[in-house]
Amino acid sequence: MSVAAPQALDRGAVPWLFATALIATAPHFFHQPEWLTGLALLIFGWGGWLWWRGLRLPGRWWLVALVVASCAGIVLQFRSLFGREAGLALLVVFTAMKLLELRSRRDAAVVTVLGYFLLLTHYFHSQSILTGAWLFAASLIVTATLIRLHGGPNSRLLPTLRYAALLTVQAVPFMLVLYLLFPRIGGPLWGLPQDAYNGRTGLSGSMSPGSIANLAQNGDIAFRARFESTPPSRGRLYWRGPVLEEFDGQTWKAMDALALARPDISGQDPPLRYAVTLEPHNQRWLLALDAPSTWPADSRLLANLTLLGNRPITQRQRIELTTTLDYRFNVQESGTTLQRALRLPAGRNPRAQALGQSWRETIVDPGSRVEQALTLFRTGNFVYTLTPPLLAGDTMDEFLFGTRRGFCEHYAAAFVVLMRAAGVPARVITGYQGGELNPLDGYLVVRQSDAHAWAEVWLAGQGWVRVDPTAAIAPTRIESGLAEAMPGSDALPALVALRQDWLRSLRFRWEALNNGWNQWILGYNPERQRELMGRLGLPDADWQTLAKWLFGACGLVLLLVSAWTLAHRPRLDPAQRLWRRASARLGRRGIDCPEWMPPLAVLARVEAGQPALAPAFRSFVEHYLACRYGPGPTNLKALRRALAALP
Amino acid sequence: MIQALRRFAGHVGRSLFRWQSDGDGLIVLNQRRVFILPTATGLLFALTLIVMLLGAINYTLALGHALVFLLAGLGLTGMVHTFRNLAWLRLSPGRAEPVFAGELAHFPLHLENDRPRPRLALEFGFSRQPVARCDLPANDRLTLSIPLAAEQRGWLMLPRLRLATCYPLGLFVAWSYPAPAMRCLVYPRPLTLPLPPASLATTAGARTGEGGQEDFAGLRARQPADSPRHVAWKASAREPDAPLLVKVFGGGAQTELWLEEQALPGTFDFEHRLSALTGWVLAADGAGLRYGLRLGEIEILPDAGPAHRQRCLEHLALARS
Repeated sequence: MSVAAPQALDRGAVPWLFATALIATAPHFFHQPEWLTGLALLIFGWGGWLWWRGLRLPGRWWLVALVVASCAGIVLQFRSLFGREAGLALLVVFTAMKLLELRSRRDAAVVTVLGYFLLLTHYFHSQSILTGAWLFAASLIVTATLIRLHGGPNSRLLPTLRYAALLTVQAVPFMLVLYLLFPRIGGPLWGLPQDAYNGRTGLSGSMSPGSIANLAQNGDIAFRARFESTPPSRGRLYWRGPVLEEFDGQTWKAMDALALARPDISGQDPPLRYAVTLEPHNQRWLLALDAPSTWPADSRLLANLTLLGNRPITQRQRIELTTTLDYRFNVQESGTTLQRALRLPAGRNPRAQALGQSWRETIVDPGSRVEQALTLFRTGNFVYTLTPPLLAGDTMDEFLFGTRRGFCEHYAAAFVVLMRAAGVPARVITGYQGGELNPLDGYLVVRQSDAHAWAEVWLAGQGWVRVDPTAAIAPTRIESGLAEAMPGSDALPALVALRQDWLRSLRFRWEALNNGWNQWILGYNPERQRELMGRLGLPDADWQTLAKWLFGACGLVLLLVSAWTLAHRPRLDPAQRLWRRASARLGRRGIDCPEWMPPLAVLARVEAGQPALAPAFRSFVEHYLACRYGPGPTNLKALRRALAALP
Repeated sequence: MIQALRRFAGHVGRSLFRWQSDGDGLIVLNQRRVFILPTATGLLFALTLIVMLLGAINYTLALGHALVFLLAGLGLTGMVHTFRNLAWLRLSPGRAEPVFAGELAHFPLHLENDRPRPRLALEFGFSRQPVARCDLPANDRLTLSIPLAAEQRGWLMLPRLRLATCYPLGLFVAWSYPAPAMRCLVYPRPLTLPLPPASLATTAGARTGEGGQEDFAGLRARQPADSPRHVAWKASAREPDAPLLVKVFGGGAQTELWLEEQALPGTFDFEHRLSALTGWVLAADGAGLRYGLRLGEIEILPDAGPAHRQRCLEHLALARS
């Protein structure tokens, strides 16, 4: 018992607050500039030292100076105080600084609320299973801090943690109900800051020697696909990204605004239905298989067969598509497009251009010119490698006649240069090729390492025909994937290079788990919610219906939690329980004996009120007193018998 | 109209907050007696959750939704647990020891927890201002004393208590208004004056009296009216937590002292006189004298000892002019 200022913060609570602040801010240290991390750690260290030595907290001016300094630093770094990154940086610094002014319990409560808030911000960086689990544990610590804060100095470590766990467990049903039933709104609600989707990997709208090889060293998942029927063989899986038509001698670029013309496709086999779940790559292309026959309403198919969404893909997105793998495409092509597909920068790569021109003069059939180029790759001592030598100047000349070592983009680019010089309209296509079927969940996983570049030539009467020069030099790349095509290459990401079976199956398991997480937890959006409600017998549930169900379900959970929490009846001594039963019997016979009344007083009442009852009751009271207060072992049997003898 | 409203408010207040005394029996804080509302921290928490939800929607953070919903659930369970921290607590009043006006009266309150969960951070106060705080272990009982400044002599009634707690999460505050019928007798504030001259009516001096100035006879606890000159500083210093000790001397002649209202200066008002008489009682008792008290109608014959002292002080505490 103590009488203290009620709002004062006891010393023992401070380490908990440090733990909260550290747990909430630490994951940001990996994403923000080093000086901010340093500043935050410095403040933590300072506060910790003050606490350890029992020194006074710094005065107001120190804090003002710190705020001004850190704001200035953040403005210099991010050019703004607002926006996602700058705002986060401010939050981290302010949370750390709040530890320098922990005077009352209210300050401490602010730290914990800030801690909860900061936990949310980690999801900007990752929403994986591990992040989810880690933040669950972190919220447990923050909750324990709150409990410790209000429990005062008498609360101990383990019971506090256990209590926090109990509260969290009881909160989980609420979370589930709210997660399923809370009316979901598709974001964003307002314009996102410029920096909202920084740092996404994937294809870009241009290609230069080495760019695909760089991407291929990244094991991240680009997208997943699930076919309604058996997936086609690997060699037919060309996921089409941007089409690159403009060449400046070094870099290939996509044309803008190809716009209105629609491609003319004639499918020659039954359409294949499948769904693609794209990881966000912050670009608009949807990476459909050649050639799409139906696509979602908020996207359009360009004349060059690239499927383009109306908005950049900034969140994981599921798209339903159908496709024909055997098709003819633009047998009638516009002259401007063909002109563009023949253009080469004058004066660049003269040897390659000369070679192409010689084919044009000697070979009549354009199809044979294509064969000629592939034969050159097949027989000319070319090497397929993920780590090609750097090229400079006339890169194609240097590659074709010098190094002869290259990755898919080298072959595709060189092939298109030769074809254009030889008078065959040609262009470079970038995208992904292949993918790995996860036998556990039937999803085909396509990684950044499956990034690929190939070519397309236009032949009269056939339209645009896909030609993959890489297939000529390294057919295993197309049939079995990169890991098979270049065994033992250090440059490949470890996950992709895995060849041991057990590790592979472990990886399949993990990725299937991740995919389930993505599809069912992270992918729970307004559409999924509507679908689920339909399955629960509430089709077309509007938000009012949802709200009704939500309140009902929450009320039910609250009732259950309350029952669980409050239902602890006081644990009575068995003798005491028998006493209660006896007094209930007396009550029925008109003798009022409140709970607090001592047995002998009740006996006196009985003797006065109902003398007939007195002998039996006296014997009961004697046994009861012997059981409760007498020496020796308690004789409950005798007490029960005495109770039975009561009329 | 206003009358009716006032009656209605009074009725609501009585039925809701039980603005009547709970008597001197056991008080069980059943669910009808425990109220609960969010605290300022709770409101801040709710506001933060709303902001977090907006952020989660805007950036389509699925796990952000999950976190917000988990925290909302945590708030609700926290509410149930805060309620539980107070509900079905058993209180019974104890007996308060008399004090002098100007001192702190202590009202002992017996708390009993018959549940298997500890009740932490129980705060007792009169309005919003807590005056005592305690933690009650599971299946246990303890006695807490509620301090209250005793300003005036007479009976000091314990006002209605406000028992509040915001354990465990501090997002909600649960409170109750137990009003145990407890009172504490407050003696008048003692005024230190020199004792009046001993009465001439000395009885036969055969008895060996106490309270002289010559022979050291022992030590006893100091009372407010004892002269600082008699404090046994060295002996007191050995036990710093115990009350100060004063030396008691024996060997004085047995005298009988009448402490009379009339012996006081006429400028003193009634309360002043009571204070002065109280001081005299304490001084006389401290000196081990036999003394009697005359105050208006009241006459207490000379005697000595703690029971006599208490009787005199009670009469002074409850005297009416």
